Amino acid sequence: MTSNHGDMSRRHLLGLGLGVGAAATLGLAGCGGGSDSKGSTASGNGGKDYTGPKVDLKLWNGFTGGDGDIFKKLVDQFNSEHNNIAVTVATYQWDDYYAKLPGAVSSGNGPDIAVMHMDMLATFAARKVIQPLDDVAGALGLTENDFAPTVWKGGIYQDKRYGIPLDMHPVGFYYNKTLMQKAGLDPSKPPQSRADLEAALAALKKAGIQGFWISPFQFTGGMTGYSLVYQFGGSLYNDDATKATFNEDPAVEAVSWLTKLVADGHSPKNVGQDADYLALKSGKNAFNVNGIWQINDLKKSAGLEWGVAPVPQIGQKKAVWANSHNFTIVQQRRADANKVGGSKVFINWLSQHSLDWAAGGQVPARKSVREDSKFAALTDVNTLAAELPDAAFPPALPGIGDVTTLFYTAFNEAVLGKKTPKQALDDGVAKANKLLEDNRKKYGS
Amino acid sequence: MAAPVVAERTEAGVARGDASAPASRVMHGRATPYLFLLPYLAIFTVFGLLPVALGVWISLHQWDFQLPNTPFVGVDNYKELFSSDSLVFSDWWQSIRATAIFTVASVPLLVVLPLGIALMLHRRFPGRTFFRAVFFAPYVLGVAVIGLLWRFLLDANLGFVNFVLGAVGLPQHTAWVTSTPWAWVSLVGVTVWWTSGFNAVIYLAGLQDIPAELYEAATMDGATAWDKFRHVTLPGLRPVLLFVITTTILASANMFGQSYLITQGAPGTETRTVVAYIVALGIGQNDAGRAAAMSITLTIMLIIVSLANFRLFRYRED
Repeated sequence: MTSNHGDMSRRHLLGLGLGVGAAATLGLAGCGGGSDSKGSTASGNGGKDYTGPKVDLKLWNGFTGGDGDIFKKLVDQFNSEHNNIAVTVATYQWDDYYAKLPGAVSSGNGPDIAVMHMDMLATFAARKVIQPLDDVAGALGLTENDFAPTVWKGGIYQDKRYGIPLDMHPVGFYYNKTLMQKAGLDPSKPPQSRADLEAALAALKKAGIQGFWISPFQFTGGMTGYSLVYQFGGSLYNDDATKATFNEDPAVEAVSWLTKLVADGHSPKNVGQDADYLALKSGKNAFNVNGIWQINDLKKSAGLEWGVAPVPQIGQKKAVWANSHNFTIVQQRRADANKVGGSKVFINWLSQHSLDWAAGGQVPARKSVREDSKFAALTDVNTLAAELPDAAFPPALPGIGDVTTLFYTAFNEAVLGKKTPKQALDDGVAKANKLLEDNRKKYGS
Repeated sequence: MAAPVVAERTEAGVARGDASAPASRVMHGRATPYLFLLPYLAIFTVFGLLPVALGVWISLHQWDFQLPNTPFVGVDNYKELFSSDSLVFSDWWQSIRATAIFTVASVPLLVVLPLGIALMLHRRFPGRTFFRAVFFAPYVLGVAVIGLLWRFLLDANLGFVNFVLGAVGLPQHTAWVTSTPWAWVSLVGVTVWWTSGFNAVIYLAGLQDIPAELYEAATMDGATAWDKFRHVTLPGLRPVLLFVITTTILASANMFGQSYLITQGAPGTETRTVVAYIVALGIGQNDAGRAAAMSITLTIMLIIVSLANFRLFRYRED
């Protein structure tokens, strides 16, 4: 509260006496203060340096796993290298985080910097929770060539850039080597094709092991289903994401292939949230498609013989679910050019240190960093980085996350046997199309 | 709606303060009671009435807290709840159904079981205080704690509950959290385990208020234990019972955390309650207008249920 007050009086001083010109000579980046700056592209040097008075910046993220510690270490390093910028980090569960952020921002208690998934950027940009940062991309010399095109374009809403991609995180295929050995399989050769996988599952079944637990929940059974929809040649939406297409033949085929695993006894029925992954760790489940972020957790599991490989190709082509973390600058009720300037310096710095972030179990968004020999040394993360050319990122459209949830609900109903895959997906699409239409009206796009 | 609780207290107050009452009425102006009520009225207005009024206002709009345009839509948000081709119709009624199932299944248990517990704990026996603490203990835990705890205990394939059932030769593959009706059994069971202690404490306080002389008199008249329960305990508990039933219905109708954490609405959205849906819509999808319309409709439904409840008890009293 006190710091808010301080910011206000400083802004008033600027407005009253010094004026915008003086602010510019002080080297302050960003908006000139006041609510009129909403939506305008920030000026300044885009975060190359910050020479103003000391600023305290709040950063929010959802890194609740092992990645959170690595992120904090990076922030500590940043703080020690910059004596006029102090960043403090707050971590929330992603779900709570996205629900909390708009309220915090509109009441003036939000963070200065927020980490966000790429499919949330458009929603929060449309709702004016975050502000454009084209200049940061400019200052960093970032171009589309350095990124996966979908990730790079995902940060753009109405021709302005709102997110600086930090990393990409696909799902991978984790396997329990001990169980594979028990079934007479070669643990150095995880199945990579449909035929291999089905043969491996048959061998596991013979050894009395249910080899591939399919969770009915988004994390991560739903993401497995998402991946397969694209593998079978389908997609969740049509090209401009105006219609949901996850009830078309490829999607039905993909989901049916997974529900058949349950029917054939390769997965128990009614797998609970996280039970698939816990069963992999406790030696009951041989295979689990899960996020790249689990690598660090598995490394900590003493005595567990595990490996990770790209998701096997079940359908006609390779494809995996993937998402990307982005840095954003939050739109404040009372804009403070100093804070915006400091935030840009931080984003710039962390983007350049994204190799260290890779140790957190994420693939750096920048191609140049991925080509660094130090990144090659991170074997497991690197294995999954190979999947990225085939990654199926979600479309960037305001409100799209709520629509994709309907796919996961349909998947849940299908895997739990409440409805046939076709019926569940048909019902989901009917609702999804209504919601897409509703979103178009709401966001006017 | 003067509850019997209030009525009784007033009677007692009048009886005790009979002699001094007329004098004080002369001493003070007519504004005095209102002045005493004023501080609460101010708080009630700011935190009660105004938010409700704002809620009604929001429900008449397409409202996103962050968007500059909040178009007025009249009663469209309410109409949608009753027109079968709307976006929210099926989810809304499914969530109403979920809440109704949970309320109907949980309230009788939450009213009767704690009464039994309270009757037992009211007797004198060694270790009584310990058992009182034991029965109340789950209630001090937050919903997040009990939710996570039971989600893992009830897991169909890795959970402790199925492990124990299997060990004693019972079916060990029951899907406690991902299939109906078992998910309902779990949700009701967990809630009863979690909140029974609270109702039991209320009953205990009520039991301690029943004068011992009434039991003595009944004993002299040759009443059996059942007679005493039926004709002394139950009538003595009537105001407490009304309170317990009303608050338990409201609490069950507002159930959110248990299904959010334990079943996550699964299978599909079958166990997603009204409040969970309102939260998903209002806060998750930033659709405050529709969510407000649903909240208000739910409130009206609950007011009707509560009124019926009071009516029922008053009728019995006559």
